[in-house]
Amino acid sequence: MKTHNSFDEQYQFTGKIKTWSLIAIVIGVVTILAGFLTGHQQRTFSNLLLMGYYFTCACTAGVMFCAIQYAAQAGWSASILRVPQAFGKVLPIAAAILIIIIVAGLKMTHVIYVDGKPHVEPYLYARWATADLHVKSSGIYDSVIEGKSGYLNFPFFIIRIIGMLMIYSFFGWLLSKYSNSEDELGGMRFYNKSFVASAVFLVLFGFTVPVFAFDTIMSLEARWFSTMFGWYNLAALWVSGLSIMALVLIYLKKQGYMPWVTMDHIHNMGLFMFAFSVFWTYTWFAQFLLTYYANIPEEAAYFYRRWEPDFMVWFWLNIVVNFGAPLLVLMSRDSKRYLGTMQVMCVILICGHWLDYFQMIAPNTINTQERHWYWGVITWVEPGVFIGFAGLFTFLVMNALSKFKSLAPKKHPFLEESLHHHI
Amino acid sequence: MSSTKFILGLFDDPDVMMHGIDQLQKNSVPIYDVYTPMPIHGIDDKLGIKSSRLGYAAFMFGVLGGTTIFSIIYYTLVHDWPMNIGGKPAFAVPDFIPATFEWTVLFTAFGMTITFFFATHLFPGRAPRVMELRATDDRFVIAIDAKGNVPHDDITNILKEAGAVEIKHNDRKYVSYE
Repeated sequence: MKTHNSFDEQYQFTGKIKTWSLIAIVIGVVTILAGFLTGHQQRTFSNLLLMGYYFTCACTAGVMFCAIQYAAQAGWSASILRVPQAFGKVLPIAAAILIIIIVAGLKMTHVIYVDGKPHVEPYLYARWATADLHVKSSGIYDSVIEGKSGYLNFPFFIIRIIGMLMIYSFFGWLLSKYSNSEDELGGMRFYNKSFVASAVFLVLFGFTVPVFAFDTIMSLEARWFSTMFGWYNLAALWVSGLSIMALVLIYLKKQGYMPWVTMDHIHNMGLFMFAFSVFWTYTWFAQFLLTYYANIPEEAAYFYRRWEPDFMVWFWLNIVVNFGAPLLVLMSRDSKRYLGTMQVMCVILICGHWLDYFQMIAPNTINTQERHWYWGVITWVEPGVFIGFAGLFTFLVMNALSKFKSLAPKKHPFLEESLHHHI
Repeated sequence: MSSTKFILGLFDDPDVMMHGIDQLQKNSVPIYDVYTPMPIHGIDDKLGIKSSRLGYAAFMFGVLGGTTIFSIIYYTLVHDWPMNIGGKPAFAVPDFIPATFEWTVLFTAFGMTITFFFATHLFPGRAPRVMELRATDDRFVIAIDAKGNVPHDDITNILKEAGAVEIKHNDRKYVSYE
């Protein structure tokens, strides 16, 4: 076993990955501009919200990963912490992009006709943010939405989202700052500080992340509510975040960086991905079964929309990809210890959770009437925006990673344990 | 011809014992098995033990449990006596999933316990067969089948040099029979 590693090696963000991530960003920008200019504003906004949310969630998962490792005083992960820390460092940018998308979606409007009468409707959150819903004589007055307006109104909505994302970003920044200081000064002081910061973060995060999901995604379908929705989104956030983390680790390992990352670390990431895919399925199914069993119209509305012919295939494909694939592939020990399988599973789960977010968002924001499920629900806009954000994420995270002076927190008290991790 | 069946090397430290395994392997002495009071990382690889197949047994028991209850539910609620529950179709799969899940877990848990008992000869009421009693307390024991061609004195010397605190030449395989 190799016991002497050079931790001072820095990541060099150059070459193919930089070129390709920049090309992907250009593809994304072109797609967004083309979407707006060719009259697909509604669909483009829907995709921007989807990818903005996915991007933010992936970065938040990095902060959550660090916080859980510190709070659990876990040793195995000490040598791979730089990757989630890089995610956390990108979170402020992701948060700013999401907030801009949300504000733009709420402020940019178009006119729709209901029974021949025009109504001014925003592109996002039209189910509660349309002004006419609150006007009794407008013809589309909705007393339920009116009753929720104390919570769902523009200033309070924006303040909540900005507040939550600021808290998450602050802790992401704090944890990587402590870790950098630890590298320079050593000692237990910064580890203990990180422990306290992680515990505080996890309490705040645990209580606010359902609200974050309720606001950003569930309020698209403002009449409907589900108390499982927050945990369902947390599970999606965590599984997709872990998959992206594992993919970045595998990439770095294949490029020859972080030689101390062994198959045992990758195996652990696989265990996490497998376990939380099952957890995701549990929350998905708990939400679905209660609604199905009770069959109360106001609750079933959400699934009714997703059971219409245009979305039904995607709805079921979601559960097959995100439950069936990890269950059958990742269950055995050997597949978690083979880089190729893990890499493919990471990509499958990343795409799978894109589909998961897609079928949470798109049925409420895209009008697909009289179209087929295979063309009309997913068009050229979806892959274009996805590629753009994937490029942006890669560029920013790899750039943040190259700023670290070493690729392992070299004075982390549990580093030795992590280097000798064995399962 | 000696009547020794097994040679046991008793160590009081796991690292010294791992060194002992290296020495024996270097001298091509086949090791029958190693008994330790606690799990030791990396010992499976060193001894070349194949990974356990208990997981496959668990999977098969799970499949059996899931199939059993799904068949029962299907027979009772769909085939034999369909009932109108909440206006759902008789074959309402989502409603069956919690019970199917529970039986999968139940069969897996019981099945793995029984398989483990079967594979290790540990049945309730049966005295376990042990080669060296202190292997469950404070000794790390390497057992060598004495039938090999290596002279017994050589094995004894290798173990002694490797740091064994005690070496036993046993005429019986197990010290405890039922």
